Amino acid sequence: MKTSPFRSLLLIIFLLPSTSFAQNFLSGGQVHGNFQFDGAYYATDSKLGITDSTLDGKIFRMNGFGNLIYTNGKFEAGLRFEAYLPPLAGFDQQYDGVGIPYFYIKYKWDNLELTAGNFYEQFGNGIIMRSYEEWQLGYDNSIRGFRAKFQPLDGITLIGLIGTQRYYWEPYKDANRGIVKGFDAEFFLNEMFKGMKDSKTIIILGGSFVSNYEKVKTKNITRDTTIYQYKLPNNVAAYAGRMNIIHGNFNFAAEYAYKINNPSAMNNYIYKNGEVLFTTLSYSRKGLGITLSGKRIDNMSYKSKSSELGNMLDINYLPPLTKQHTYSLATLYPYATQPNGEMGIQGQVMYTIPKKSKLGGKYGTKIELNYSNIYSIDKQPVAPEIPVDSTGTKGYKSDFFKLGGDKYFEDFDIVLTKKINKKWKVILSYIYQVYNIDVIEGHAGEPKVYANTGIADITYKITPTKSLRLEYQQLFTRQDRGNWVMGLLEFNIAPKWFFTVMDEYNYGNPDKDKQIHYYNANFAYVKGPTRISLGYGKQRKGLLCVGGVCRPVPASNGFTITISSQF
Amino acid sequence: MKKAGIILILFFLASTLIAQTEDKKARKLPSVDIKTANGKPFNTLDISNDGNPIILSFWAIWCKPCINELSAIADVYEDWQDETGVKLVAVSIDDVRSSSKVMPFVNGNDWDYEVFLDPNGDFKRAMNVNMIPHTFLVDGNGNIVWSHTSFSEGSELQLIEKVRKLAKGEDISDH
Repeated sequence: MKTSPFRSLLLIIFLLPSTSFAQNFLSGGQVHGNFQFDGAYYATDSKLGITDSTLDGKIFRMNGFGNLIYTNGKFEAGLRFEAYLPPLAGFDQQYDGVGIPYFYIKYKWDNLELTAGNFYEQFGNGIIMRSYEEWQLGYDNSIRGFRAKFQPLDGITLIGLIGTQRYYWEPYKDANRGIVKGFDAEFFLNEMFKGMKDSKTIIILGGSFVSNYEKVKTKNITRDTTIYQYKLPNNVAAYAGRMNIIHGNFNFAAEYAYKINNPSAMNNYIYKNGEVLFTTLSYSRKGLGITLSGKRIDNMSYKSKSSELGNMLDINYLPPLTKQHTYSLATLYPYATQPNGEMGIQGQVMYTIPKKSKLGGKYGTKIELNYSNIYSIDKQPVAPEIPVDSTGTKGYKSDFFKLGGDKYFEDFDIVLTKKINKKWKVILSYIYQVYNIDVIEGHAGEPKVYANTGIADITYKITPTKSLRLEYQQLFTRQDRGNWVMGLLEFNIAPKWFFTVMDEYNYGNPDKDKQIHYYNANFAYVKGPTRISLGYGKQRKGLLCVGGVCRPVPASNGFTITISSQF
Repeated sequence: MKKAGIILILFFLASTLIAQTEDKKARKLPSVDIKTANGKPFNTLDISNDGNPIILSFWAIWCKPCINELSAIADVYEDWQDETGVKLVAVSIDDVRSSSKVMPFVNGNDWDYEVFLDPNGDFKRAMNVNMIPHTFLVDGNGNIVWSHTSFSEGSELQLIEKVRKLAKGEDISDH
């Protein structure tokens, strides 16, 4: 059995406390953790296209994890155990297996923190460096290596890191993916300079540098029956600068990043530099909040393996500038960032009509407006006879301030929240969406989806701790799968019991056989930090998105169970 | 590999079982670098309320039950503060997609909470939060004494009961 140096080190550190001579070290130590078990039993369903052969005998599947964190004063160690036996439907089947993909030791001095092992990190807005995990999506790009955080002076934070990213269960060896290095510096001017301590204007500046080393010298690509040998860069560097200025009720933040040419499977192996600009201006005071954001992405996919397609091995994170909807039919058409190029704006207003005013009523009325609009970027040929995005070329030329001709996404929505009295509360939403299904989901040639959705969400308190909640949703569209209606009834006994029944009905599907009822029944019991939930029903095919990353979820039918807790 | 992992966990658990029976201490707030709602750096050890209880609530703009919980508490928050001296600290786990919208959202809702941003989930991981809303009660000495996940209308009544007991110095652990 091969044991890595990290593992040996960890073993020693965990073993030490259990021996009697280390009682002192032990006495201050604490262990905490959390775990989750998601299991599913899948049944066949001919209408949903689930047959014995698609299930392949894997009718019971589970994902589960357990986290342990040991702390003792300035010392900390942790690990995460994961099991996918086999992975739930919709998760990448390469997760199949059991193991400890995440472990670390960490020590913190007053102004220095060192981590060895796995860690998560984000520089600025994450546009050139973000490692994170999202259990619901099966997303994890933790870095295994070393990290140092250092605060040499008040207001200055320096971070340096080196390591390789997680790729399912595949260990790093023989340069099968890149080595990521990064450095970040942040300057909080008001703490650095005495004269600015009491200033009404707060300024934070930052800069970062990231480089990925990958051992790929050449790559053969066939174009018009000729084989070309591409020379790929061994080191791909990216850098970024950011600022955040706060004055009174205003907050302005901007970050710009630049990446050297990085031909990859994601961008069809073009030799073009990448850049991204991300800005936000917000104003807020009691009762009113306004946010305006703008973003331009140009060839900014950045992975630690140039041949990788899909969600893994991302070094950076490009957030979508769209609202993350929560009502089920509003999530039917979720936007996903287009790393090869997009330009968009978003505006949001949140306003509370004051209590005891004519429109506000006794409890006030809340109004929320949101608008997003996202387009392609301008792309012009690099030379007259070379088409845009041709592999092996510089790809295209782009005017920074010009929109491209293709609309990717548009979303306008308004939400009214009104507590009528102690018993009744109503939330009404209207959502208009334009969804470029061709670009976002890769359904070549399919027309854009124009969807109008109305939602009523009504809560009635029977007693102070017993409540009923009713949701009614209707989505109208002439494209894709046509109209939908959804109804949900929830009965809760606070703080422990939850009962839900719901049905989504695709009554407008042009294919009569696919006019399916997706009904579900759920039950959950909660005690303190522990939650157990059981469900039965049908799940529609769709895209599950959390925090900007999406995972296609296949249609399914069966039982589900989730148990989660912490200690 | 797998064997090593299992041995490791067993020893780990054994060693801490001894540790915890010998010296049963409440859990302290961990030290994690997060940001204030404005984007200023902040360490979680500096969360305090002059020796009074603190409600620490993990939430996000996209989490409906979280917003229901914070709205329900907002309606009675002044009374709670007057009665028990409690302070609610709302930690948003929104990532950069929505973290810049958190403060306008809080202000727009007319909430009076102290708000922090945990855009990469560092504090969330250190507190072993699986899903949100997840609400902790922290006593005046920074010890985590109680927690609860999920929200439905009326759950806030249980929460304030716990806060009242905590303010009086009673034991509220329910295991």
